[in-house]
This record gives sequence, structure tokens and C-alpha cells, in this order.
Amino acid sequence: MHPHLTDAPIVLSELIRELLRRSDGAVAAFVGVVREENEGLPVEAIDYSAYREMAERELAAIERELELEFAGTVTRIRHRLGTLAVGDESVAVVAVSAHRREALAACGEGIERVKARVPVWKREHGPGRDPAWVDPRHGRSPEADSRRR
Amino acid sequence: MRVRLLYFASFRDAVGTDMEVREVAEGVTVGHLWESLRGSVPHFARFGAMPAVAVNCEYVPASRPLSPDDEVAFLPPIAGG
Repeated sequence: MHPHLTDAPIVLSELIRELLRRSDGAVAAFVGVVREENEGLPVEAIDYSAYREMAERELAAIERELELEFAGTVTRIRHRLGTLAVGDESVAVVAVSAHRREALAACGEGIERVKARVPVWKREHGPGRDPAWVDPRHGRSPEADSRRR
Repeated sequence: MRVRLLYFASFRDAVGTDMEVREVAEGVTVGHLWESLRGSVPHFARFGAMPAVAVNCEYVPASRPLSPDDEVAFLPPIAGG
């Protein structure tokens, strides 16, 4: 089975080449990228970490679900871990299919499920502030960090 | 019986370790375990509802009874993507 988590850069063209069959007429891809700002503060880098064993299982399960729900599609999800700089790709979801509708739908649903279920965490670094865990419910939560120091 | 607790991200920082073994009584559920952690870790006490929790890498409800050697992970809010 292919690894869903990687410490190496994500190469979208490789993922597509692995999936593409002669019967496919559509490739849909979502790529998440580290951006320079979050919740009004500048971001220099993000550490991505995971509960690796569970994240692998969840990512494999999401691929299976998508392929069952969107008949004829094949999907591949890859999530990068480690320290990423602004502009680096953090996640890629690729779906191929004979036609665009299924590929686009599977790709869109795929990234939503990644965000909802896969145990991955972000620790944000920015100029002049302590690193902070990103809490999607309310921005960021630095208190656990500062207590440790 | 013994269960293994895993901590990640902000929870690992709050507890100061990524793993601990705890002795729990027969019949104890995941929800009971969370309540006992709230009593000993201030960061958890500030958490409102119980966070998502996995036993042996699968999401489970608070009512899930624990079995010997279960690997339990209370998960801080996930932020993948």
C-alpha cells in the first residue's frame, strides 16, 4: 500500500501519473499550501505532526469511501509532515475519472473529510511570537506551549 | 487492568509526555477516563466537552468500555490540510 504520509515534498505530477488510466478523461486535484498569514498574524513556517498510525488508516479509509461513493473514480491523498515554509504544499487530494463531475466531486469531498477526521496538527511559527498550536475552533492556542517553558 | 494513553500536539505539551500507562478498573469507559484526566491536568479541565477520542486508532464514543492494553488517544482539535 502506498504511504499517505510523507516527510518529502509532494509532487502532484507523480501522484497523477500513478493514478491515471487510459479510460480517464478527467483529473481533479486539490493542493493545500502554507500561506503567509493566519487569523491576522504573519506566518513564517508550520510544523505538521500526526498520530501517524491512525492518520494512515483514516486516509486509506477516505480513499476507499470516495471510490465507492463516486463510481469509476480512483483517488489518492497525500499529507506532508514536518516543518513547511510559506508556499510549501501540505496536502494533495487527486481524483481521476472518465468524466469531470465525479472527479471534481470526489476531490472536493476528499479534502473535507481529511480536515474533519485525519489526526494531524499544525504548530505555527511567526515573527516575534511563541510557536502556537492552531485550533480551527478559535484560531490558535498558545497557552499549552507557554506552560511547558 | 492497564491501558496506554497517547498524547499529541497541545495535549502532549500540557501533560509533558507522549505516552503513559494507567491502571483503570474493569468497566471504566473512555468518558470516565477523560473525567479522571480532567481532575489531574488543568489544561484538560479548561476543555469544555470531551474532545474526539480514538481507541486502537478508531474514533469511539465516550460510552466505549476500555479493555486491557487498549491504546487510548484523546485528540486535540485537528488541523490537517
